[in-house]
Amino acid sequence: MDGPLLELDAIRKSYGTGTEVETRVLHGIDLSIRAGEFTALVGPSGSGKTTLLNLIGLLEPPTSGSYRLLGRETAALPEQEITLLRASSIGFVFQFHHLLPAFTAVENVLMPGLIARGPVTAVDRRRAQALLADVGLADRVDFLPRKLSGGQQQRVAIARALSLAPPLVLADEPTGNLDTHSADDIFALMRRFNEQAGTAFLIVTHDPRLARRCDRIVQLVDGLIAGDRTNEAIATAADSTMAR
Amino acid sequence: MPFEWVVALRFLREGRFQTALIVVGASVGVAVVIFITTLVTGLQANTIKRVLGAQAHIVVTPRQEVSRPQLAPAAGETLLPRIEARAQRLRSIDQWQALAAELERTPGIGAVSPIVSGAGFALRGDASKAVNLIGVDPARHDRIIHLTDKMIAGRFAVQAGDVVIGRDLAADLGAAVGDRIRLQTAQQGAAVSDAYTVAGLFDLGSRAANRTSVFVGFRTAQSLLDLPGGASEIDVTVDRLFGAEALAQDLAARTGQSFDSWMKTFDQLVAAIHAQDITTALIRLFVILIVALGIASVLVVWVVQKRREIGILRAMGASRGKIQRVFLLQGAIVAIAGSTIGSLLSSLMLFVFLKVARNADGSQIFDLDLSPTLYVTAALVAVAVGLLAAAVPARSAARLDPAQAIRM
Ligand SMILES: Nc1ncnc2c1ncn2[C@@H]1O[C@H](COP(=O)(O)OP(=O)(O)OP(=O)(O)O)[C@@H](O)[C@H]1O
Ligand SMILES: [Mg+2]
Repeated sequence: MDGPLLELDAIRKSYGTGTEVETRVLHGIDLSIRAGEFTALVGPSGSGKTTLLNLIGLLEPPTSGSYRLLGRETAALPEQEITLLRASSIGFVFQFHHLLPAFTAVENVLMPGLIARGPVTAVDRRRAQALLADVGLADRVDFLPRKLSGGQQQRVAIARALSLAPPLVLADEPTGNLDTHSADDIFALMRRFNEQAGTAFLIVTHDPRLARRCDRIVQLVDGLIAGDRTNEAIATAADSTMAR
Repeated sequence: MPFEWVVALRFLREGRFQTALIVVGASVGVAVVIFITTLVTGLQANTIKRVLGAQAHIVVTPRQEVSRPQLAPAAGETLLPRIEARAQRLRSIDQWQALAAELERTPGIGAVSPIVSGAGFALRGDASKAVNLIGVDPARHDRIIHLTDKMIAGRFAVQAGDVVIGRDLAADLGAAVGDRIRLQTAQQGAAVSDAYTVAGLFDLGSRAANRTSVFVGFRTAQSLLDLPGGASEIDVTVDRLFGAEALAQDLAARTGQSFDSWMKTFDQLVAAIHAQDITTALIRLFVILIVALGIASVLVVWVVQKRREIGILRAMGASRGKIQRVFLLQGAIVAIAGSTIGSLLSSLMLFVFLKVARNADGSQIFDLDLSPTLYVTAALVAVAVGLLAAAVPARSAARLDPAQAIRM
């Protein structure tokens, strides 16, 4: 596709607009991400990273500004279209794994397909199993989430985010509560899918080591973009720009 | 299986305890409604059958004779008339054959039996009893009061000098089948006190009726009561019992004769039945309300507990409509399960009730009449109530902000 995968233009977000306790979180974000980009989103706690990710993921609308996803202006789209666009173009990986606890690993992976395309077929099931094997969980497909370790759950979440092969995956601190070793594994897994399938990743992380391994680092401070560096500059600057 | 079913069933399975709770609630509700309805319907049908078993549903009599003022006031004068009610004599219905034929053609009317009835005396030896002489065509009248089924001795035959009397009158007169009794009326010119043979004894289930009703042939009554060629009354049964009064009024307006329905004659009974109907309806309403509130409150809590999952499902592309349908479906599934269990439960309750509660003589109070329509209606109402109860929680689930739900 020509043009960027997504484009944010003067995006603002406030909570409680019109009430006495209006909280301004984002103050005019301009950001553009190309297809296949592997980007880290860093910034201090409360700077608005999750909020930005939710806006990009079409989970909530911005207060003002323009957001184009896959060339479509999203502000004017009705609820129904937003849902369809989200289902077809974005995969989510959340910090706390957020798997559906009542469904097994493979059922979690099948869920986006079930929602978007209807009843599960044998082909769907085989594909989901292959995807779980790909993330190293071939022998855990029928486990419930609570029977899996944190790292394993996050692998299921990644397989689920990738199950409909979306052009973009949003990951909010996917390694946030994993030990260093598991965090490295999960990161490597995302990197591998990025390189194999060309899926763009936008990853919120507090870990400078991991951020440094991305193509690009976007830094958010107090609701504004305070830094945006690509590949070459990263290696040297990452440590100092990282805010914890 | 489509998304909504997969998720609804899994949620229900996951929340076993809550699911069991509301299924039990719905089952008990359905069972109580079916039980009460069947019981009351059965008891009412039984009561009506007893009361109307020996009774016409509508009785047609000649229009009442009224006195009319004869004098018209002259101009400038005022007249203060004093009109006295006339004594009503025994008369025949005008054109009764034509009227009977017309009634037979009228839709909603079952059997039609013209009769001649009036007061008289039954005499045997020294005994003399005031009775109500009823001249009937036995075949026609049997369709009204089913006397053949109520004979305890002899036959229901009233031709040529035969008479059929009640058990208690027979006892009073000391007469048995085959004995002769005499009948007497006060009518002028009537063939006074002929002797008749008792052909049969009946038991109408009421002592008063058994003591006063005396069935004779149609022509015999005509001559005894001095109504040659006439009929003093037409007895009618109707198809819809509780439509009798409306039908009677309609026919009265059309024919000009006097029509009295059983609903007027037994107005106390009708009032009692209506009161019972209202009570039952209220009980049903409250049971339904309680079950609905129970289902709704459990589902409301459920939605709150499932906020996170709902958020995840929305993030994965489930529309508001899909989420709403998941919870509506849960309500419907619970209702279907509840009405299935409730139907079985109510049948069991009715069975046990009829086993335990019996008449003084040990016979069954009434016949168990399990109506399939009732079960189907109860199931449909249950599903509607389940959907309705789930509507509010389902809406709140659909409106949940996924971004907020996921932050938790
Ligand atoms: N629904 C809300 N209503 C009011 N304020 C909110 C709401 N959601 C978030 N905020 C505020 O917005 C600000 C940014 O929150 P956000 O979660 O985006 O930060 P973050 O960068 O993701 O932080 P962290 O690194 O701790 O996850 C915070 O001050 C938060 O309190
Ligand atoms: Mg956050």
